[in-house]
Amino acid sequence: MNGLAPKPLSRRGLLKASLAAGGGLLIGLRLSSTASAAEFLTRATPMPPPDFDGDFEPNAFIRIDPKGAITFIMRNTECGQGIYTGASTLIAEELEVGMDQILVEAAPPDLKLYTDPLLGEQATGGSASIRGSWKPLREAGAAARMMLIAAAAEKWNVSPSACHAERGVVHGPAGQALGYGDLANDAAKQPVPTHVALKSSSQFKLIGTSPRRVDTPAKVNGTSVYGMDIQVPGMKIGTVAASPVLGGKLVRIDEAAARAVPGVRDVVQLDDVLAVIGDHMWAAMKGLQAANPVWDDGPNAHIDTQSLIAHLASDSEKAGFVAKKLGDAEGAIKAAASRYDATYQLPFLAHAPMEPINTTIHVRPDGAEVWVGTQVPVRAQMTVAKETGLPQESVKVYNQFMGGAFGRRLDIDSVTQAARIAKHVPYPVKLIWTREEDIRHDLYRPYYYDKISAGLDASGNVTGWSHRTTGSSVMARWAPPGMEEGGKLDPDAVEGSADTPYEFPTHQVAWVRSEPSALTTLWWRGVGPTHNVFVIESFMDELAAAAKQDPIAFRRTLLTKNPRALGVLDLAAKASNWGETLPAGRGRGVALQYAFQTYMATVLEIEIGAGNEIQLIRADVAVDCGPVVNPDTLAAQVQGGLIFGLSMALYSEITLTNGRVDQSNFHDYRILRIDEAPKVEVHIVHNPDGEIGGIGETGTVAAAPVLANAIFAATGRRLRRIPFGTGQLVSS
Amino acid sequence: MFQLVVNGQTHDVDVPPDMPLLWVLRDVLGMTGTKFGCGIAQCGACTVHVGANAVRSCLLPASSVAGQPITTIEAVGETPSGAKIQKAWLDHEVVQCGYCQSGQIMAATALLDATPKPTDADIDMAMAGNICRCGTYVRIREAIHAAADA
Repeated sequence: MNGLAPKPLSRRGLLKASLAAGGGLLIGLRLSSTASAAEFLTRATPMPPPDFDGDFEPNAFIRIDPKGAITFIMRNTECGQGIYTGASTLIAEELEVGMDQILVEAAPPDLKLYTDPLLGEQATGGSASIRGSWKPLREAGAAARMMLIAAAAEKWNVSPSACHAERGVVHGPAGQALGYGDLANDAAKQPVPTHVALKSSSQFKLIGTSPRRVDTPAKVNGTSVYGMDIQVPGMKIGTVAASPVLGGKLVRIDEAAARAVPGVRDVVQLDDVLAVIGDHMWAAMKGLQAANPVWDDGPNAHIDTQSLIAHLASDSEKAGFVAKKLGDAEGAIKAAASRYDATYQLPFLAHAPMEPINTTIHVRPDGAEVWVGTQVPVRAQMTVAKETGLPQESVKVYNQFMGGAFGRRLDIDSVTQAARIAKHVPYPVKLIWTREEDIRHDLYRPYYYDKISAGLDASGNVTGWSHRTTGSSVMARWAPPGMEEGGKLDPDAVEGSADTPYEFPTHQVAWVRSEPSALTTLWWRGVGPTHNVFVIESFMDELAAAAKQDPIAFRRTLLTKNPRALGVLDLAAKASNWGETLPAGRGRGVALQYAFQTYMATVLEIEIGAGNEIQLIRADVAVDCGPVVNPDTLAAQVQGGLIFGLSMALYSEITLTNGRVDQSNFHDYRILRIDEAPKVEVHIVHNPDGEIGGIGETGTVAAAPVLANAIFAATGRRLRRIPFGTGQLVSS
Repeated sequence: MFQLVVNGQTHDVDVPPDMPLLWVLRDVLGMTGTKFGCGIAQCGACTVHVGANAVRSCLLPASSVAGQPITTIEAVGETPSGAKIQKAWLDHEVVQCGYCQSGQIMAATALLDATPKPTDADIDMAMAGNICRCGTYVRIREAIHAAADA
């Protein structure tokens, strides 16, 4: 799904060790002394990680140096989801080291070593990281442990089977003991095991125990370094204004006024963006203001949200590409005792991570260095190479902790812009987008316009289900090879709708591609399921009401062959005491989903206040994701993901007037605050040997449907357009 | 030229008088623990203490707090309440991306200093100015109660 060329690897190094195992993934182990293990967790200033130009071709996740430093190299990037801890837990479990004995560092861009097996490129997203690491990273740890044990056994002239490893030490039968560092050089000479046996779930010491997160101690005392915090010698700081309308051009600026601001050093004018660079951000901001850029808004100057929605509504009348056809759904709906039709709408969304977009970059004649928090480091490297004309291997990308990402940092538009600007100045420059620039120049979650129909027989059973989605394809722009059916189907557009947990006797799903003017679209937390599960679970609730059945009982009738779905539904019902009488003004909704290979059922209780305001009281979430690497992180992701989604469902909407984004900052792109957040209890189904599912986006998927259904339960009003909290309750 | 007293250290700074404290801390003094989130005092990521008060440093001209004691996330752990809050934050694994947490911890520490046993309503009042995009609010509340009981 990429078309990205791998970086060539050089051919020197102390050791080459490779092992083909588990899904054909190659596991690399490098046991050698290198210049300096980057102490990611404690350093306050950036230190480039050691070069991975040793002579090995497989993936490389572990480095043990003779001094005993054990370093894990992180393929996936840390945006708060806890992957550094989760991935380290998988390696440490089999390597037999404690979580307190390791260092972790970000992988450099390298498709050959660090391609995510589920995503097909070096990327972090799609709740894929743990799913893609579950077996390979344990195998990497186990292979390394076996080589260390073999080295010790050879030294002691005993059988490896008489030795065991514990907390970074190999122990022999006569009480011998050698640390992993002492064994590093000899282990490197050991043959690579051809077979790796992994522990059974009952043998786990770390997996399932919630070890402390490795990244958080530095995040509570101000020492953690995010992209925003990079400081390199000679660095200056700039801020940018891009054309407020997509496709517009810079006409003129008052350069003299900008340069007159104390601390301003440079003004860089490109055709569609202006950058002012100074000694500090304040000089850059004041300079940009003084420059007073005037724009030609170009061909999108008259686009507004209403015209974009009208275009989608018109396109939604098309038949679209049929992504799923089980029986004759249209015929069954026509012939049904009663027929139900609804239109659901989901708005354009900004990502608004707490850390505004920024890139620190130094373009030199012989290469470039880039410090950035990115979900796609190879794309970042390639775009800088392209914009500067430098060879790709001369562009070093040092990935940083991210102050949230949520899909925003899956694109490299801001890195491209930074390279275009930085090649005009000789020094390293940190280019920071203000929050206003961040909101108004985001790449947005598409607007979706969904039509859905179903038929019920006289007993209230579903006879047919038909769902037609109309919206932009992120996949077609971002990863064209990810399109299916000869380019006619974006699988993300129907993720969660073509594969619901339910058994429908007839089922049709269609997709109409409709691209908006004046905005570019991008992935947003929960991707396809965040869109489709809202539509499906809201409509399921509508049908339950039409059939005069309890929402959970109604769902159960469609799940007779799906025990895991029934399991989470029953657990959530029990935990929430579903069915009990509630005080006036209160209501409970339920939502069920199968997304990212995880089953989840959510019950949310709300109260409608005297002023029609929606108060979120409590959520109970039941989760079956198969094996759980870190139950506490799972709960944190579900809690946070749900609250992230509730912000969206209540408040979030990006609108356009005359081609310009109307929203600009947190006062008009509102985020849920602590006094609005519900209690969230997470209940985990014990299923250690099931199929492993993703977690990071699941809570977000549940939010809008469970809130819509709770509002219906409390008020009898069905809200079919997100966001809910900006007048619909009052006006509907 | 004026003097800023940050975490007990006095710095002579030569910056424009309207320059916000946030940018002086980050870009002049190199103390990057205090974060830029919105620039309009809407998110609280830039929260520091001036004396006993939690304030938003993104709009506060540095010159207006010349000579006053300023505490930032880098040193708040040296105060009894700050140390309790930081420990509770780790014990409850509050942090996800962590970018807002400097500000959350500064706001929570000021709350605990002023109100040693805060109620849920006290927490709502004191913490509603601090946005967490990762949605760690459930644990922030738990951790503040735990710190108060420590």
